[in-house]
Amino acid sequence: MAQSHDAPLTTPLASRHSALSARIVEFGGWLMPLQYTGILEEHRAVRARAGVFDLSHMGELFVEGPEAVAALGYALSTDPGRLKVGRAHYSMILFPEGGILDDLIVYRLGEERFMVVANAGNAVAVSDALAERLEGCRAVLDDRSLAMGLVAIQGPRAAGVLGPLTDVAVDGLRYYAIAEGHVAGVPALVARTGYTGEDGFEVFVDHGSTETIWDALLDAGKDAGVVPVGLGARDTLRLEAGMPLYGNELGPDTTPEEAGLGRVVHFDKDGDFVGRAALEKATAEGPRRKLVGLIPRGRGIARHGYPIFAGGRQTGLVTSGTLSPTLGEPIAMAYVRPLDAEPGTILEVGIRDQRVPAEVVPLPFYHRPA
Amino acid sequence: MVPKDLRYTKEHEWVRVEGEVATIGITDYAADQLGDIVFVELPDLGRTVTQFNAVGVIESVKAVSDLFAPVGGEVVEANSELSTSPELLNGDPFGKGWMLRIRLSDPTQVDGLLDAASYEALTSEG
Repeated sequence: MAQSHDAPLTTPLASRHSALSARIVEFGGWLMPLQYTGILEEHRAVRARAGVFDLSHMGELFVEGPEAVAALGYALSTDPGRLKVGRAHYSMILFPEGGILDDLIVYRLGEERFMVVANAGNAVAVSDALAERLEGCRAVLDDRSLAMGLVAIQGPRAAGVLGPLTDVAVDGLRYYAIAEGHVAGVPALVARTGYTGEDGFEVFVDHGSTETIWDALLDAGKDAGVVPVGLGARDTLRLEAGMPLYGNELGPDTTPEEAGLGRVVHFDKDGDFVGRAALEKATAEGPRRKLVGLIPRGRGIARHGYPIFAGGRQTGLVTSGTLSPTLGEPIAMAYVRPLDAEPGTILEVGIRDQRVPAEVVPLPFYHRPA
Repeated sequence: MVPKDLRYTKEHEWVRVEGEVATIGITDYAADQLGDIVFVELPDLGRTVTQFNAVGVIESVKAVSDLFAPVGGEVVEANSELSTSPELLNGDPFGKGWMLRIRLSDPTQVDGLLDAASYEALTSEG
């Protein structure tokens, strides 16, 4: 958002996308690949085998110093002091009024060193907010968003493809853990995190090494059927996995509790944090609406912004919807009034001039096989 | 390359006239722009449609798009295979992915449509 009025940025993999004839779209102030061969094909490749993603648009913000724990504890909804070195958690940065400025992953790289990964469209705003909230603390912010590339490999074959390329013991790397090492001979941070509902890894490298990582993963994965995957399939994958997208499920007008993410607000941590007072009040009052999963029982896709009705009266809005490539049926997420949010409730979604019955279901829509 | 014997609209529909019936569909350019097509809504048989009005809906994973009638007349046939195999629109848009057959109310409407060369020029402009 903060960058979208400027000329869009390009990732270090722009020439790779061009050579693959990717369809390019602007997203979060960046020119990004929407798809290479097709969203459905790329989606299924990730579920069945693995896919490689260019995520270099994401923001990497390093916070380091003797007061880094306290500073981030004040700046964010979580308490990063609870993380062991080498572990990560999902977090949020809030507005003083309690709304969501961005959702983040916080990695603890050392006792006094953290990496905060922000969404592309919010990276500048998050960087600015962190700089402001760190003021007066013995902790420094190093915004390396434009100096780093990020390549993810996600899917059941991800570990088998990445393992031989790295000196990081990927089999021993736990979910939401991160390790420093090398990938394809290049210094890298390897994290077992992702946004697809599959096992997978995210590889953070210096900007100039991004092509090396991309080429190595695709080359090593060729015989395993690993393919490049664009933002289109990234969206359908995360939606099946019930993961929120900033701008759809999350925003300045939503609270973590409404989004079903109350667990990322550590009210029990010591000291104040930005948004605490507002969220304590909101929690006491109870949520005004709740995020639910919906399965429309009819034709057509319930898309972002479509109205939801309960007993003829509007109860909310669709935040995201698609045809689930895995389930073969439409799925959607929506905010509805709390009394309409129980799984099993039949609501209606307005799709053009029709009202299509839609059942409230628990999230996620997809669980990866054990 | 688009078939030379068809007529086209700026909205990326094609028309094949045989006698007084026109078969219509969307072009490969349109199908490619939409991406994977997953739902198609077509008008009921017997309905009279007006040229250039919206008569149906095409949904891809990414987007929803109206189908406009390139010619006016009565809908005499709809491609029922598209309800179970909407991907025919991506795979064979000028063949098995045909959408409707319309009995022309005014055959001269066809004369106002683009020929293949004009349509190709339109899509190559980007």
